[in-house]
Amino acid sequence: MSSELIEQAASGVGAAAVAPVLLDVDSVEASYGPYRALFGVSFKVFEGSATALLGSNGAGKSTVSRVVSGLVPVTSGRITFGGQDVTGMPAWKIARLGLAHAPEGRSVFGSLTVLENLRLAFRRSLGKDAVAAALDAAFSEFPRLRERQSQLGGTLSGGEQRMLALAKVLAVPPRLLIVDELSLGLAPKIADEVFERLAAIRSRGTSLLVVEQHVGRALELADTVVLLAKGLVSYEGPVSELGDLAHQVLPAGDGRQRGRNGTASDA
Amino acid sequence: MSTFITYLIPGVPVGCVYALMAVGLVLCYKTSGVFNLAFGAQAYVSALVFYLTVESLGWPIWAGALVAIVLVSPAIGVGLDRLLFRHIRAAPSLVKLVVALALLIGIPTTMKLLFGSATRLNPPSIIANANVVYHFGSYYVSRGDVVTVLVTLVVVAALGILFRYSEIGLHMRAAVESPRMLQLSGISAERVGAFSWGLSSFLAGLAGVLLAPLFSRVSSLDFTTLLVSAIAAAALGSLTSLPLTLVGGIVLGIGQAVLTGYLPLNSVLATGLRPAFPFVVLVVLLLVMPGLRGAMEVTDPLSGCDPPPPPLAASVRDPRLDRVARIGFPIFLAVFVISALTWVPSFWVFILTQGLAFSIMFLSITVLTGMGGQISLCQAAFAGFGAFTAGQLAMHLGLSVIVGALVGGVIAAAVGVLVAIPALRLGGIALALATLAFSLLADNVLFPLGWLGNGATGVTVPRPAIGPISFAGTRAFFLLALVALAICSTIVIMVRRGMTGRYLAAIRGSELAASTVGINVAKQKVIVFALSAGLAGVGGAVYASTQGSVSPTDFNYFFSLVFVVLVVTTGVKTVEGAINAGMAYVILAQLLSYIPDHPAWLQRFSGIEILLFALGALGYVIHPEGVVEFQKRFWTERIARMLDRFGSEEGEAEGKDASDGLGSPVAGMFPAVPRAPGGSGDAGGW
Repeated sequence: MSSELIEQAASGVGAAAVAPVLLDVDSVEASYGPYRALFGVSFKVFEGSATALLGSNGAGKSTVSRVVSGLVPVTSGRITFGGQDVTGMPAWKIARLGLAHAPEGRSVFGSLTVLENLRLAFRRSLGKDAVAAALDAAFSEFPRLRERQSQLGGTLSGGEQRMLALAKVLAVPPRLLIVDELSLGLAPKIADEVFERLAAIRSRGTSLLVVEQHVGRALELADTVVLLAKGLVSYEGPVSELGDLAHQVLPAGDGRQRGRNGTASDA
Repeated sequence: MSTFITYLIPGVPVGCVYALMAVGLVLCYKTSGVFNLAFGAQAYVSALVFYLTVESLGWPIWAGALVAIVLVSPAIGVGLDRLLFRHIRAAPSLVKLVVALALLIGIPTTMKLLFGSATRLNPPSIIANANVVYHFGSYYVSRGDVVTVLVTLVVVAALGILFRYSEIGLHMRAAVESPRMLQLSGISAERVGAFSWGLSSFLAGLAGVLLAPLFSRVSSLDFTTLLVSAIAAAALGSLTSLPLTLVGGIVLGIGQAVLTGYLPLNSVLATGLRPAFPFVVLVVLLLVMPGLRGAMEVTDPLSGCDPPPPPLAASVRDPRLDRVARIGFPIFLAVFVISALTWVPSFWVFILTQGLAFSIMFLSITVLTGMGGQISLCQAAFAGFGAFTAGQLAMHLGLSVIVGALVGGVIAAAVGVLVAIPALRLGGIALALATLAFSLLADNVLFPLGWLGNGATGVTVPRPAIGPISFAGTRAFFLLALVALAICSTIVIMVRRGMTGRYLAAIRGSELAASTVGINVAKQKVIVFALSAGLAGVGGAVYASTQGSVSPTDFNYFFSLVFVVLVVTTGVKTVEGAINAGMAYVILAQLLSYIPDHPAWLQRFSGIEILLFALGALGYVIHPEGVVEFQKRFWTERIARMLDRFGSEEGEAEGKDASDGLGSPVAGMFPAVPRAPGGSGDAGGW
């Protein structure tokens, strides 16, 4: 992927001709009961890109990802996914359009076994006959999961749970994968591995929307950045033009740790 | 040994029916988070529909069974899910419980309205030749019993297979944990929910149709017993395990049958303990099984998507309206009292006095549910303790009923403490179930005792006298009851404004947070339980004295359920909510009793007030502050706005001050916050 194209795409004018818009969030507002969380958020995710959604605590990152996947209703504004208006559509229908969302925290069923978790994901999208092949593929990708296939999802380690969440996605590549704080609470080495997997998923044609508090890792993966502050987009554009903005908007600890030096600041 | 087995055999099929119902309860609770007490009513509806189609319409058995079990019951379940429960998924368990309670009361009343109230005797059995008896040595079993057991085993086994191996079973298990995560997998959680509601309602319907012949009648009372037995069986299975639930149901059925067999005939223990047995088991289980409490709360990793509970903000009232109320209320009160003492017919004064007594009882719910955030289903039993104490003291020691009412209040409070101590370990649904169990225990075992409720004969309670002044007259006693209500209301308001009220408000907000600032949560809960029980006891004594004599049927568990539904309807947070409930209850019942007796179908409308209140409680879903409370706020705000438009400059300035003082800091933080969000009213009102 040429970074020039992305830059052109992200800077807006005439971009649609180069890389089509996959997800278009247009002045979206959302609230939890009386509490408003988003005040007109607009941004685009382009086909084939990896977009990092960054922001400090309470900026509305998770709300944006929930709104896009249909978990939290939109109070005003419009969301278009793959050219189709998905505003107000139930989450399960959006998921069937090819939008996968790995929510913050535990994103696998803790009371189901590894095998059941995978079967639940594969059965609907692939049909009964293809499940066995998909299971095989997932297990050869993640041998660790094969060892633990009859173990309950909740008893897996944090890293294994993330791998399970990604294994669901790998067999049936979605058009857009939203990962919310995937590295949260993981040991640095495991977090690195998770991000490598994300890159692999992207190379298979899935666009990514990466919600992260841990800026360093996200910026290494992403080519476009959307910066959220207090429920509004404060910056949208290519990573290369971000400059020092991240340091100004985000808490000091996050912005500076650009290397792979651990998650201590996240924990 | 052989006698034991003879006693044991009839218990097995009854236990199986309990188990079917229990499995339905567990299934529904796990997949939807609703502990659906209304299954008791749904089982009753199925049994009734089966009876009506087969006996009255002369349909073949299979057709009646198909309609009753496969069509009607699941249709009710799916309808309830779609119309009600789906919309309160995120609501606190208290709200769901009240809604289920309203249905448990409202559905049988609706059936009465539709089909008349007569108890149907000798319902047909779904099993052909059910009365054929098989002999095994010296024991004999009926064909009906054998088939009931077999049906249960097959159904439970089929469910087990469905859960473990089928696609929909997998989806249901996933929905237990998090319907939202299921949605993210591209599966409609709503469809899965509707399926499990249909399936669990099918089980309730099946249990109802199988149970009716075992009791030889179709009566809604039996189905409440079935419900509580099923709850106990579900608790034995820790609300998770199907096989253990099955075993639990059968053990309960056998336990009941064997107990009845061995206890002396016609003793209180024999007639009382049989229905009370499941409740005793339930209470013991809730106490000794520490894991059960955890199992009762379902947590969703994606619960963060729900809006947080409404903040505990004070309601603002326009100062001009306050001034009007300050002048208007005494005038209203004076007119009310003078009217009652002069021109109102003495029969209606009697009705109003009843209303005052109920108001005192309902204050106990204001305290416990409104202030303490707990739900109790045994307030009528506490009222019974107060009433019987006052009566017994007057009868045997010749004590004045005023003293008797006070002693009765103290005794009820002491019983309340006894109930509260185990309640400390519970909360929410578990507490409601434990108190329901206590209520039935009181009905069946305690109140029939000669020195307490004196069984069907009841207890006479005279009107009191202070020195030479006798309150025997209707109008004089009305005045005394009014004074009692005023004192009780003052106590409630003082407690709410005092430290205990603040502590309770803190606990209601967050038990954990309250304990971290040094509030002894356990102590506060005991205090509120004791206060509530005491108020109920005093109210019970006042009611008893109004009536002249009371018997245990006056304080039946059913009233405990109705009380909660009533007060929740009018407003559980304020004193006037309780008084509104008390007055509305008696006045409405009296007005409805004027409906003429013929044509006969008009009789069905007697008792319909309960249905009206049940419908009101369903409004709780939309207005958690209570319907009356909501209307009041709506109109005060509207009048305030009108005053703003036409009012004097002075009034306007004051009005602005009041609203800004509360509105601005909140609005600054969350621009979409409406002024004074609903569901609070803690500091407002009186």
